[in-house]
Amino acid sequence: MAILILRRLVQMALIIVVASFLLFLIFDTDAFKKKTAIAELGGFGVSSLSEADYQKWLDEKGLNVPFYQRYGKWLGDVATGDLGRSYEKSTAVGPLLLDRLKNTGILAFWVFALMIPLSLVTGVLAGMREGSAQDRTLSFIAVFTTSIPEIATAILLTVIFALGLGWLPAKSAMIGGFNWRQLVLPVLTLVIYDFGYVARMTRASMAEVMTSQYIRTAVLKGLPFRHVIVKHALRNALIAPFTIIVLQLNWLLSGVVVVEVFFEYDGFGKLLLEAALFGDIYVVQACTLVAVVIAVLSQIISDVGYTILNPRIRFA
Amino acid sequence: MATTFDARPAAPPLLDRLSAPKAVLILVALMWVPLTLYVMAGRNLGVLQPYILLPAIPATLILYVLAVRAWRESWTAVIGATLVFFWLLMAVSAPYLPLLDPNKPIAPFVLPFSHGKVGDTFFWLGTDFKGRDMLSRTVWGCQRVIVWGVTATVVAYVVGTLFGLIAGYLSGWWDELITFFGNVLLSFPVMVLFIVVLNYLGPSGFNIVIAVTFASAPAIMRIVRGLTLDIKSRDYVFAAQTRGERPFYIMIFELLPNVRGPIIVDACLRLGYTTVAITTLTFLGLGLQPPDPDWGLMIKEAAKTAMLFRFSYMLIIPALSVSTLILGFNLMADGLREISLRD
Repeated sequence: MAILILRRLVQMALIIVVASFLLFLIFDTDAFKKKTAIAELGGFGVSSLSEADYQKWLDEKGLNVPFYQRYGKWLGDVATGDLGRSYEKSTAVGPLLLDRLKNTGILAFWVFALMIPLSLVTGVLAGMREGSAQDRTLSFIAVFTTSIPEIATAILLTVIFALGLGWLPAKSAMIGGFNWRQLVLPVLTLVIYDFGYVARMTRASMAEVMTSQYIRTAVLKGLPFRHVIVKHALRNALIAPFTIIVLQLNWLLSGVVVVEVFFEYDGFGKLLLEAALFGDIYVVQACTLVAVVIAVLSQIISDVGYTILNPRIRFA
Repeated sequence: MATTFDARPAAPPLLDRLSAPKAVLILVALMWVPLTLYVMAGRNLGVLQPYILLPAIPATLILYVLAVRAWRESWTAVIGATLVFFWLLMAVSAPYLPLLDPNKPIAPFVLPFSHGKVGDTFFWLGTDFKGRDMLSRTVWGCQRVIVWGVTATVVAYVVGTLFGLIAGYLSGWWDELITFFGNVLLSFPVMVLFIVVLNYLGPSGFNIVIAVTFASAPAIMRIVRGLTLDIKSRDYVFAAQTRGERPFYIMIFELLPNVRGPIIVDACLRLGYTTVAITTLTFLGLGLQPPDPDWGLMIKEAAKTAMLFRFSYMLIIPALSVSTLILGFNLMADGLREISLRD
């Protein structure tokens, strides 16, 4: 087990090095430097700059240093915990990223707190009696909610609850400090989109368990159905959903981009999009770093959890 | 999709003959090639442009009849196919429908089902903030989503399947290398990958194809690799090896047809994802560009100008359109899986 985790971590480090190298390579092109300049100085400002002035500007920003030196310096800095400075906001990337991650963390916490019970209950109820009317209805709801893209869910919820009924604010910029009412619509959007997928996976796992011999034995020996489900079926049926729920963490990091942009919520996704559009390389690098670490860690957690929950699985 | 062609002495009915794989392929080509040319080449087609989509309309209708006939056992698949083919039909027939020009401003902020203040044009779905007809923009908007979505998915599949076959069949160093790069790409969250690739290449339809390929091909590669590993020890593969066939021949003619089944279902689901991705990217400003109508663009523009309940139709109409198309793909995938499990 320890070897497995270690191998994964080494692989993660390799992936980070390759990925950040590629990003540096992309952002080092002349076109991208120009883009950063235009984003900062404005299109007119850049076109009126003479070539010498432009070179001076690049020098000031530290963009004229050869690519491999910048990359080497960045790697060294990251190893000591310094993530560089943001061109756009001219602050250190570390605290900025931490602040945004905290906001996205709050969002993610509530999404999981609602999504897990909802999807597990739906999945178990649907998979309990495969092919019944109850199963068909719940499965259809699950497919239906997953089919509506987040942007459409966000729109429908905003139109109904914010513009129509006026119960909740339409935007979640949190200008006047933290306000839970502004959190409701983004959380609901993400839950509605994501719960269907987990519910369907739970249903499949539950349906499979229900066809196994020991369940048939339990039913045949006259145990009450509720007892069979709770005491016998659930234990095995909930193993597979566990891994899927952990992996949703990875999905959430890309899922939040559109939701945060639509609701103007200041989180990780919005930061990433803005930085990428601005050409703010150190912020993009830091965001990617975080994303890759979260992706690999969630994979490790799901693998390790799976072996603990299901002793029949052993890693070679 | 392909029902078996049985060669009885009496000629089989027309629908059976059309259901033969070759006929279906020709019909698909008749529908798809003009539509793709129309959207991608557009104004470069010259005199052909007004007529090129005409053969696609009957082809689409016949394909719909064939699909319903082949999948009649599964209601889910039929409903899904109906939704998808509705939008396909809209896409191929948009130039011939009696619609207003989708890019021409007429009268801004006219509510649905009303005449507006000027003239006597009746607006079924109202007009947007620039005064362009919503009905016509919605119908025209599906062309680009469908064409780019399907093209991107197909390209991702070709790349992913090829690498999957190579990794699975050749194993060894090829496998290690391909799997490692697959893992590198898979460990990026999809959105990060999209944003970086599109930001680098610049927003356009062709670049969306590239971005989707980067994001989807590794996952497809994994599926195909797994399936290949499973079937490569079958007797027919050994037979081909003994005959002295080249690895490339074995991959394409022996392995590929046998991994087809699960891939088709996955492709339907992935079509849905790609459609979501294109709409979302366009909304974020990284996808298709104005002024031509597109659902993502309609949402993007309306989200800035129409945040009032009275004008929320500008947001709801494109949102519902894209949802029905994706629901169609997903139901089709569900139905196909049901059918394939039954056999």
